[in-house]
Amino acid sequence: MSEPLVPPKKKDPQKRTTVPVLPPATRSRAALGLGVMAAQGRFGLQVCAECEAVQYPPRDACHKCLSVDLRWQDVDPSGTVMAETTIRVSPEPYFRERMPWRMGAVKLEAGPMLNCHLHGEVGRGDAVRMALKLDRAGQGVLVALPQKGSAAMQDDPVLRAMSSDPKYRRVLISDARAPVALALTQALLKAGASHVFLGEPEAWRSWPERAAFEAMENVSLLPLDVTDVTSIEKLAAEIGGKVDILINTASFVRPGGIMGNDTGFARDSFEVNTLGLMRLAQGFGPGMAARVQDGTNSAAAFVNILSVQALVPDPGFGTFGASQAAARSISQSLRAEFRQSGLRVMNVYIGPIEGDAWFQPLPPPKVTPSAIARSVVGGLVDGLEEVTCGDIARDHYARWQADALLLEREMTGGGS
Amino acid sequence: MSDLIADVAVALGRGAARIVDLTHTLDPDFPVIILPPEFGQCARFRMEEVSAYDHRGPAWKWHNLTLNEHTGTHFDAPIHWVSGKDVPNGAVDEIDPGVFVGPVVVIDCSEGAAKDDDFELTPEIIKAWEAEHGEIPADSWVLMRTDWSKRSGAAYLNMAEDGPHSPGPTPAAIELLLKRDIRGFGTETVGTDAGQGAHYVPPYPAHYLLHGAGKFGLQCLRNLDQLPPTGALLIAPPLKIKGGTGSPLRVLAMVTA
Repeated sequence: MSEPLVPPKKKDPQKRTTVPVLPPATRSRAALGLGVMAAQGRFGLQVCAECEAVQYPPRDACHKCLSVDLRWQDVDPSGTVMAETTIRVSPEPYFRERMPWRMGAVKLEAGPMLNCHLHGEVGRGDAVRMALKLDRAGQGVLVALPQKGSAAMQDDPVLRAMSSDPKYRRVLISDARAPVALALTQALLKAGASHVFLGEPEAWRSWPERAAFEAMENVSLLPLDVTDVTSIEKLAAEIGGKVDILINTASFVRPGGIMGNDTGFARDSFEVNTLGLMRLAQGFGPGMAARVQDGTNSAAAFVNILSVQALVPDPGFGTFGASQAAARSISQSLRAEFRQSGLRVMNVYIGPIEGDAWFQPLPPPKVTPSAIARSVVGGLVDGLEEVTCGDIARDHYARWQADALLLEREMTGGGS
Repeated sequence: MSDLIADVAVALGRGAARIVDLTHTLDPDFPVIILPPEFGQCARFRMEEVSAYDHRGPAWKWHNLTLNEHTGTHFDAPIHWVSGKDVPNGAVDEIDPGVFVGPVVVIDCSEGAAKDDDFELTPEIIKAWEAEHGEIPADSWVLMRTDWSKRSGAAYLNMAEDGPHSPGPTPAAIELLLKRDIRGFGTETVGTDAGQGAHYVPPYPAHYLLHGAGKFGLQCLRNLDQLPPTGALLIAPPLKIKGGTGSPLRVLAMVTA
């Protein structure tokens, strides 16, 4: 049974904030594939295209037939713990701070024997469900999970360290006026977030939805506009030390292609969707990166809600797509910059939102704000980096992974 | 023999005349006019550091600004409106600079505006004012005082589901002011027209009629309660923007102390 987390006490202001240290991050190019799977919440290994042998550890040639045609694919995660050990001494600073640490060997039903971290609820002889998780260094590692865990299994220290779970954490949502903000706030509080701060741009422009936020407990509306660097600096100065998860919901959408479109709207798209993200990262990033090991409510994740048009544009929203692609690119550089602190950058890709006036004439399927909220919270709990939400985003993401140029042809004419 | 300008300078130095600042601070949080979202929008005021005595420029601090010609306290030129697009010398850089300094009268509508968000400036009110202060002199600025500038936040635009509610002139009031051949018309609200000005015939009468007649507008003014009904001097030179339809500016009034 996992010990349920207790709400963190207020910080002792006389103690230095613990500096984040990371688990070892060096990997072979082949082993980086574990992280690719983990980032998406998939469990998979290399499988030989010629003899179908499942490979572990990741390698460049099949252990059975020496073929170099090894492909990453989803694999049945069922297995049995064959051996376990408890490590009490380590030269690695990250593990020294977390001793003792349990590891085991799991025989996967698909074939190989895996070296893995053990969840507190599993031991030798147990049937387990294997998962690939990102550790704080952002590398994919194997964790043996109970087939059916207890209610508090997510609070297990091994899992907590690898997830961005909102439980007992404080969240900043950058734009309260975004269509997803209310559903997201409700979902975060339900998932145990201790407080949700919401940025309110242009308080001088009244909006009836404000009342719903005012009626909620542990929710604060604070002035913030991602296009206004002064407002970001001010808010970061005030609450930057207690933002554990930042979710950027700010978005500017206008339809129209490239030749006939207004560069003013295009500029607004980039100001909000692209540079807004950069300003938020500059304002809140350093403070968050310094607090990744700050106890139960440590900083954990920087979340972007991106349109799946970041991958391939819908030419009917040409400038919007361009700003989303640029925002995705910024998020990738940010990921690299945050990597050394352990702060996770999670991108949640969505399709047109139900109820968003700018997507009103588009046909279904659309994605609902509550579905987006579920995906964001689920992705945080699972500690993911790449999340898709809704049929359109899921479908486009999969097609883009399979063949980006083919998807471009489908989107820009010729496809149906 | 006395020198007129020297006398004014001396009066200012001695405190016999003083300057009233009618300008709001350019601030990212100051409201701008909101149009239906499918239309192009007025840029908000934004300021980003170029350097601040740092590695980007060790000994100096400066900013890049982003704003619209109609952000904050601003001047409207005739070419701002479709009715004035062909007015000769209708852009801010073409206007005779002589008109940027001149006499101003203030019509106090603050009592009515306090009671009614949609308070209208009517010919009757103008005529009642003239009965007290004399006919509005030709070529003078006319400012509508409402004390609206004392509002802040969402109360300034006062947006409801049927649009903004703020005081302004009726078409007939503007026609009467044009009959007096005024130089321009100014308000404390976000525009020279009433919040509900779209519903007059013609829509937005202050913009439509004034600019069509080659007159100017000033909006987002403040401190009008410090001006006398007559006798002040308004100083309102817009930036010299080539082809500019308006300009943010510092509006000052010189009054006898």
